[in-house]
Amino acid sequence: MRPLTEEETKILFEKLAKYIGENIKLLIDRPDGTYCFRLHKERVYYVAEDIMRRAANVCRENLISFGVCFGKFTKTRKFRLHITALDYLAPYAKFKIWVKPSAEQSFLYGNHVMKSGLGRITDNTPKYQGVVVYSMADVPLGFGVAAKSTSECRKTDPMSIISFHQADVGEYLRNEDSLT
Amino acid sequence: MLVLFRNPILQSHPLGLEAVHQRIKDVTTVLSDLRKRGDPTRKRMEYMDVLKKDLCTYYSYNEFLLTKFIEMFPLSELIAFLESNEVSRPITIRTNSLKTKRRDLAQALITRGVNLDPLGKWTKVGLVVYDSPVPVGATPEYLAGHYMIQGASSFLPVMALAPQAGERILDMCAAPGGKTTYIAQLMKNSGLIFVNDVNKARLKSVVGNLHRMGISNTVVSNYDGRSFPAIMGNFSRVLLDAPCSGTGVIAKDPSVKTNKDETDIAHCSHMQKELILAAIDSCNALATNGGYIVYCTCSVMVEENEEVVNYALRKRNVKLVETGLEFGVEGFHRYRQYRFHPSMKLTRRFYPHTHNMDGFYVAKLKKFSNQIPKPDLDDEMESDEGIGSESGPFSDNEITKDTSGEKPLIASKKRPNDDGAEEIPKKKTKQAANKKKSDSSKSDKGTKISMQKLKKYQKRKKKPGAIVRPLTGLSEKKRNINAYLAKKTDNKKPSQPKSKPKRKATPGDETTPTKPVQTKPKPKNRSVRKDKAHGKTKKSTKSRKNEKQLKE
Repeated sequence: MRPLTEEETKILFEKLAKYIGENIKLLIDRPDGTYCFRLHKERVYYVAEDIMRRAANVCRENLISFGVCFGKFTKTRKFRLHITALDYLAPYAKFKIWVKPSAEQSFLYGNHVMKSGLGRITDNTPKYQGVVVYSMADVPLGFGVAAKSTSECRKTDPMSIISFHQADVGEYLRNEDSLT
Repeated sequence: MLVLFRNPILQSHPLGLEAVHQRIKDVTTVLSDLRKRGDPTRKRMEYMDVLKKDLCTYYSYNEFLLTKFIEMFPLSELIAFLESNEVSRPITIRTNSLKTKRRDLAQALITRGVNLDPLGKWTKVGLVVYDSPVPVGATPEYLAGHYMIQGASSFLPVMALAPQAGERILDMCAAPGGKTTYIAQLMKNSGLIFVNDVNKARLKSVVGNLHRMGISNTVVSNYDGRSFPAIMGNFSRVLLDAPCSGTGVIAKDPSVKTNKDETDIAHCSHMQKELILAAIDSCNALATNGGYIVYCTCSVMVEENEEVVNYALRKRNVKLVETGLEFGVEGFHRYRQYRFHPSMKLTRRFYPHTHNMDGFYVAKLKKFSNQIPKPDLDDEMESDEGIGSESGPFSDNEITKDTSGEKPLIASKKRPNDDGAEEIPKKKTKQAANKKKSDSSKSDKGTKISMQKLKKYQKRKKKPGAIVRPLTGLSEKKRNINAYLAKKTDNKKPSQPKSKPKRKATPGDETTPTKPVQTKPKPKNRSVRKDKAHGKTKKSTKSRKNEKQLKE
């Protein structure tokens, strides 16, 4: 376990900013204690400072997880967000997509969101903007990247992709092993 | 022939299953009123033998397990118990109060066509699912972490533990994390939960569940639970869901019926005794409204439940307190040859046939002093023998011989505080132990451990599910090394390139834990200074060599 380096922090925050914009500072300046990012086995954990200190009691090999895992650094030093970060992305998300109940299941199996399954979309969503995907009952289901801007969405045909799939809560069942 | 006709139920021909079932019924009716209905020439024992054999064939148990059950339950209850082991328990789910409310969840599931009801008056978060057109473990609500599939019996130990917000809690054997997530939701995601399990593969599901349920106050570690006070102590509450033979969950795993025998039970019991002591030791009696340990198993065996708790009562400063569960059968305080502490009534047993949940046992202990009581001479001998004989089954004969010598050593390592007190009875009783004893006492006196020993210790500690025992002199050693490294880095800043090879080239570090620097005085004594000088010359030669190599 170690703090992130300057470069890693930059990569991580750039990624997070795609989804929650300047709300990142709400993650760091929290009223209920200090929170920090820690790197452990190439994974980034977001954790309260006192819990982090306790986790230091466990040696590296036996520490499986602590706090909330945000994602991992790939071998090419890119950052990949995991579905486990959804709890912190969803409340602060700037742009959202709601999918119809009929398309929920398809999204949870790892498919892209089609125009036919699109329930609602935040106004003025730019193209290639990170979006959080919700069900119509306002349950966060995952996140992705907008394939089309809001204005483009209106015109396209029903089978075109609106949002590229990145992560969905179905992964808790599909690849539980790779979450940590 | 006459005998056969007169007493058709005691014939010992092989019969079809139907006939066996009929005979079980007949024999039980006879046994319920032997004097009137029985054959005066037959004894009760004969009837019992026939019944036992028939039950073994009809319900396919091995004889050992069935004998245990016969000893535990009266006849009418026994049949009910065996019958209820054949039908599976209803699926129950627990609402995640961090994310939703039970009413909203029930509404959402009903719209998916799930037929459910509240579980009972005793819980506000439980729902029981009767039938469902969709898999309950894969609905979007499940994936979003609104509920967890969990047996009704698993609610009970957490309710008994009654965790409070902001506390520090240890869950020793956590996988797959159902109880852990319940603890977290009762604490409203505050404080700290230390989650541990010995099995690394099973911890994957723990991590998945924790993240799915949106829990952020946990540390997940992979150690043997017995190493716990050594890794971290001072918990306000500890939940120990001990590994057990699983005789309470036969409905879930019918293989228990045939593959458990006396050695398995003894093995479990021994492990549980070690774990419960570890659990008690890692709990802090002085914590504000804390100091509670909850021990639970999914077994109904007395050897794994009351006996283990009784052992803990004898060995540590703990007492039994009310579990706070309003139903359940009282624990046995006297059972066949056992005589337990009368407060054993405060523990709770749950049976599949009476409560329609898995067979379960819950005991809540309160630790009232952090001191470890000095064991009495008789008590110590007795319990040592007990452990020795129990450890017998899973070790070879040769090893069992050794255990008399090894066990006390481990025990003394585990509790370094009362080393002295423990040694006295052992020296008297076990001569074989003397040698090892003297070794350990030497190391205690010196409190210096070699670098080799430290490295070995650290290597062992890194293995998945490792047992870590406290090492005397470890903290001092670490302090010395840290001080040494700190000074070294201070010293090395001007001359950077040499620092790395030197670090590896000086295994003599262990003798010179503090390497004084010119700017910082206070060398402890002359020998240290000499060592330092020695080390320096060594280093300088080494560095010269390095330079030479570089040139080449």
